[in-house]
Amino acid sequence: MISLAGRDILHAWGKFIFTGVGLGLLIGVTLIMAGVYRGMIDDGKVLLDSSGADLWVVQKDTLGPYAESSSLPDDLWRSIRAVPGVAQAANATFLTMQVRKGDRDVRAMVVGIAAGDPGTPGWPPHLVAGRQITRGHYEAVADLATGFGLGDVLKIRRNHYTVVGLARRMVSSNGDPIVFIPLKDAQEAQFLKDNDAILMQRRRTEANPAFNRPGVPGLLDAVTASQTTNNSVNAVLVRIRPGFTPEEVAEPIRRWKRLTVYDRAQMEDILIGKLIRTSSQQIGMFLAILAIVSAAIVAFIIYTLTMDKIREIAVLKLIGTRNRTIAAMIVQQALVLGVIGFVVGKITATFAAPLFPKHVLLMPSDSIAGFFAVLAICMLASVVSIRMALQVDPAEAIG
Amino acid sequence: MGAGGIRIANLSKRFGEGDTAVLALKEVNMEVAPGEVVGLIGPSGSGKSTLLKCLGAVIDPTAGRMILNDTVIYDDGWKVRDLRALRRDQIGFVFQAPYLIPFLDATDNVALLPMLAGVANGEARRRARELLAALDVQHRAEAMPTRLSGGEQQRVAIARGLINRPPVILADEPTAPLDSQRAMVVIRILNDMAKRFETAVIVVTHDQKIIPTFKRIYHIRDGVTHEEAGAGLGFD
Ligand SMILES: Nc1ncnc2c1ncn2[C@@H]1O[C@H](COP(=O)(O)OP(=O)(O)OP(=O)(O)O)[C@@H](O)[C@H]1O
Ligand SMILES: [Mg+2]
Repeated sequence: MISLAGRDILHAWGKFIFTGVGLGLLIGVTLIMAGVYRGMIDDGKVLLDSSGADLWVVQKDTLGPYAESSSLPDDLWRSIRAVPGVAQAANATFLTMQVRKGDRDVRAMVVGIAAGDPGTPGWPPHLVAGRQITRGHYEAVADLATGFGLGDVLKIRRNHYTVVGLARRMVSSNGDPIVFIPLKDAQEAQFLKDNDAILMQRRRTEANPAFNRPGVPGLLDAVTASQTTNNSVNAVLVRIRPGFTPEEVAEPIRRWKRLTVYDRAQMEDILIGKLIRTSSQQIGMFLAILAIVSAAIVAFIIYTLTMDKIREIAVLKLIGTRNRTIAAMIVQQALVLGVIGFVVGKITATFAAPLFPKHVLLMPSDSIAGFFAVLAICMLASVVSIRMALQVDPAEAIG
Repeated sequence: MGAGGIRIANLSKRFGEGDTAVLALKEVNMEVAPGEVVGLIGPSGSGKSTLLKCLGAVIDPTAGRMILNDTVIYDDGWKVRDLRALRRDQIGFVFQAPYLIPFLDATDNVALLPMLAGVANGEARRRARELLAALDVQHRAEAMPTRLSGGEQQRVAIARGLINRPPVILADEPTAPLDSQRAMVVIRILNDMAKRFETAVIVVTHDQKIIPTFKRIYHIRDGVTHEEAGAGLGFD
């Protein structure tokens, strides 16, 4: 027996290729969509991995520091370090903002990292160029995706920073690249008021007789200084000692310090389960729509191809072709369309992924699932045509 | 018994019920011997196609009896089980339009039938080419249907009708699209094949050119047949 589907496809190959490519572009978009979603999850995991923390200590009853704002006193880390099982504890601040370089600005997450040695929680684990921050002020390590280079001078709020190191794949859960700066600078940037506001507050303080007491020299200056410094951080990142479970260490911090503590799994749950959820729902909607559109295209093409052959199908039935053979012909054609579409889509996605501003992670498992989904959609799409073909009366072939 | 061919007795076909019912065939009787080609002639709407459809096992008669090649295929409401296999193995169809499968070349259009019946591709193609040669279109054996002339297409279609050596061939206006010379060639082929393979052939036609070629003609009008001797102008 010859393959009727194969012969028909060879005969009408132009139609199949064109439709297959059109379908392929659609499938490509679908794969990219899935890749964007995977990329977001991956970004979240990389963010958590690269922080080097086992526990995140944040303001009580908040989902900080990434999903909600959280504020902690910046001397808390000392007492946390004394908790049994804590190897390292370090302050960190997180602030998403525009970072200027010349007349260009880049949206970035500015992370303030505590002074210390490389490997301190919060520090970028690997650099691809340059060195880590060594001075307490005005140095920065930037992710490559910011587009900044070594020696570039950045402006964050009022201060200027020199890029001394470059990191790779350091992004926030929104996909914004990270710029690391010293903690003190970051605290200042986070709470810095503009000059007018400072002057105004200073004037108000001076006018307040409670602070401005000529009999107590230095009081006014101390009050003014305290108003312009910021003693808050967003989180304390904790690395635990080997042999301790995260829960063993987190429990006493929660109880005695009245703080909220998340371990890695909980943090992942917050980032992926809560922060990325709307995005993933949106992507899910897109995937559903794309699946429906793809199905409609395949169904329409297979339907017109079958319609074109209705007379021949009547003849095939009249001369004794089994319904099975005719149905198989239609399904095979739909599947071939699907395979062409998938191959084109996979190639498109692979080449287009790096061009997207966000991290697009094409997972082989998604491709495999996508492949079978395409085949299933194509089979489903051929149902209408098969029904029509099976209803064709062989008597129609006779005048 | 054992004579083969086609025998139809008191065959009736009614379309629809009640007031709108159409009695397309009224107790039709007909006999075609193996090796014989008979003409079936009648005005439009007289029931020619209906008779071929009944014989071709694509619609069920309402009453009567049909015997093909000594096998009762219909008897007052009873019919053979596997009509599809019956059509494939016992009946060759030739239509007014060739209705070739557009994506198969001439050889495969013909070879498809034995392939459907389980014959190996090589053997089926060999038989197809043999038959195409007998019909004088072997030089077009590799051509796709759209590249064939009307006459060539019709000959390929006839080869398809003959390939399984069916004991019965039903041809509905097989010469309609052809000029008179080509039409005569087709009739000659049908006569030759009928003799060679002991096939009973019914040719439905309006075509005045070919009517004189039949030895026997059935006239049909309003579903009633009358047998008549034809001129039988020579294919002996
Ligand atoms: N499926 C059907 N339902 C109802 N009536 C039908 C059906 N098929 C045929 N008829 C009627 O049966 C009668 C015979 O029709 P048939 O098609 O056999 O004529 P015909 O001799 O082949 O005509 P033509 O030369 O125009 O092809 C006509 O009156 C036709 O209207
Ligand atoms: Mg007719």
